Amino acid sequence: MFSLDLFLNALVAGVLLGGFYAAVSLGISIAFGLLDVVNIGHPIFVILGSYAAFVLNDAYGLDPLLSGVLFAPVFFLIGVVVYQVYYLSFERKGESPLRGLVFFFGLLFIIEVALLLKFGVDYRLIEAPYIGRSIHIGEVGIAFRLLVPCVVGLLMTLAITQFLSRTFYGRAIKGVAQDSLALRLMGIDPVRIKTIAFGLGIATASVAGALLIMISPVEPSIGRAYIGRVFAIAVLGGLGSIGGTLTAALILGIAESLTATFSGPSWSLAVSFGILLLVLAVRPAGLFGR
Amino acid sequence: MQARWLLALAGVLIVGAFVVTRTVDNRYVYFAAYGILQYVLLATAWNILGGYTGYVNFGTGAFFALGAYTSVFLIQAVQAPLVVLIVAGGLVSGLLGFGIGYLTLRLRGVFFSIATLALAVVLETMMVNWEYVGGAKGISIIRPSAGPLFTNYVQLLFVVMAALAMGAVAVAWFIEHSRIGRGFATIRDNEEAAECMGVPTLRLKLLATTVSGCLMGIAGAPFPYYITFVEPVSAFNLSYAVNSLAMPMVGGTTSWVGPIIGAVLLGTLQQLATVTISSELNLLIVGVVLVAFVVLAPEGILGLLRRGTRRTRA
Repeated sequence: MFSLDLFLNALVAGVLLGGFYAAVSLGISIAFGLLDVVNIGHPIFVILGSYAAFVLNDAYGLDPLLSGVLFAPVFFLIGVVVYQVYYLSFERKGESPLRGLVFFFGLLFIIEVALLLKFGVDYRLIEAPYIGRSIHIGEVGIAFRLLVPCVVGLLMTLAITQFLSRTFYGRAIKGVAQDSLALRLMGIDPVRIKTIAFGLGIATASVAGALLIMISPVEPSIGRAYIGRVFAIAVLGGLGSIGGTLTAALILGIAESLTATFSGPSWSLAVSFGILLLVLAVRPAGLFGR
Repeated sequence: MQARWLLALAGVLIVGAFVVTRTVDNRYVYFAAYGILQYVLLATAWNILGGYTGYVNFGTGAFFALGAYTSVFLIQAVQAPLVVLIVAGGLVSGLLGFGIGYLTLRLRGVFFSIATLALAVVLETMMVNWEYVGGAKGISIIRPSAGPLFTNYVQLLFVVMAALAMGAVAVAWFIEHSRIGRGFATIRDNEEAAECMGVPTLRLKLLATTVSGCLMGIAGAPFPYYITFVEPVSAFNLSYAVNSLAMPMVGGTTSWVGPIIGAVLLGTLQQLATVTISSELNLLIVGVVLVAFVVLAPEGILGLLRRGTRRTRA
């Protein structure tokens, strides 16, 4: 049974979800797309952000968005440390990127189990005055818990693109992606630039985590579901293209929302991985690939 | 000559395992030993693809669970005997491995790894939605009688798994000491160069993914009888992927001995930690050990030993 109302609602929810997915994928787009660092553990940093927001909300009733921004510098420092370890043990030695991949996989596993030990398997959620509310336009309902993450996600994406194209450091990051030797000849240390860029990517996870816990309750192992999503988005959008990331995030959000509405929510997870397998098999360069 | 000695040793070990079932009565011993042997099998299977050809597979859980669910299906449908389950599990997972092998045509390195992870989630979603094999809520499996030779079914499974693990190690040993193994090594070192020298890389990669997948399916086939309750979260558990990757990394990936050392070491450590501390903490141990080895000793224990002997000789 096809109903137009249901379809429109699913479509709007999908677009809103897409905006949020863009926020989650930004870190991967920077690390994987621009720096060639396959940070498969990115989703667990998002979950870490969710728990940071949860702890502050639980203890002081702090707004999740505020704590997301508040924790961003901390996450930046974590990113700096992680990249330094990665650089010293793998990149500098010219080790194959696969060992680095295993390193991030192990990191993901460690953080997940640590969260599990600290908080258990209970689903955690958050309280804020605007989370339960929604507005209606005709037959289409827009829930604030989806709208706020979407708007914030879009703003963050915009901010990152502006940073990358307008500022000195942003341009240097793009330069590292294109030709790090040339950058070195210009008297800029590529390792320092990459450290900053990787830290920036992890910092976005702090905000994305706060958005995630607004949308749905969080439990340590749900990070895995996002591995497929973020890589599907990064690959579909074309590596290194932030605009492509946004487009791909919207496509995935809509596809997942429609699937969840018309075939049941338990199938929606397969959509992202299906898209990922399809893109990898048919056009690995993605929609806007270099 | 060496091959014959090793075969004899394997035979002695299997007979030994059988003799142990005559003398030791504590059921937990078999339960724990089965777990460790299962990891010897999984780690060896992972290493055939990951260690020899250098394609890192994050989807061990998918192949393992596919073997387990093939068993569940056959038990549900025709009450098939254990031997049939093992063969069927191996065949189905081997077929999946063959399919994954074709992916390597387009996907090299990290993209292949991400695709295997994706595969695991897609398969898990399918099993969650397939009610016949239990769906999301899982399914109970009743063990058949253990037969005249054994006092209980776990003992039987223990001896079977010992034989299967030996078989897998024998396969790995054979591959390593044949032309195939050298072909695998060329793929690991430089795939383009190997192709240019006339090494049939595609055929070799298909062989590696098929054999590796098949062995993982065989490891999963007796799982329903071992655990007696199968549900997607435990069958597709990420810990299979982490363990089967950590064990060869800890032991050393370039030799058939490596996965055995890693599996026995990490497997025993985890069994001890589960009993004495908690089951979450033992996963933390695996993660920390994995990261520590990847960062500090990328060649594994075998590499450390090799470095040690070289130093004493010099």
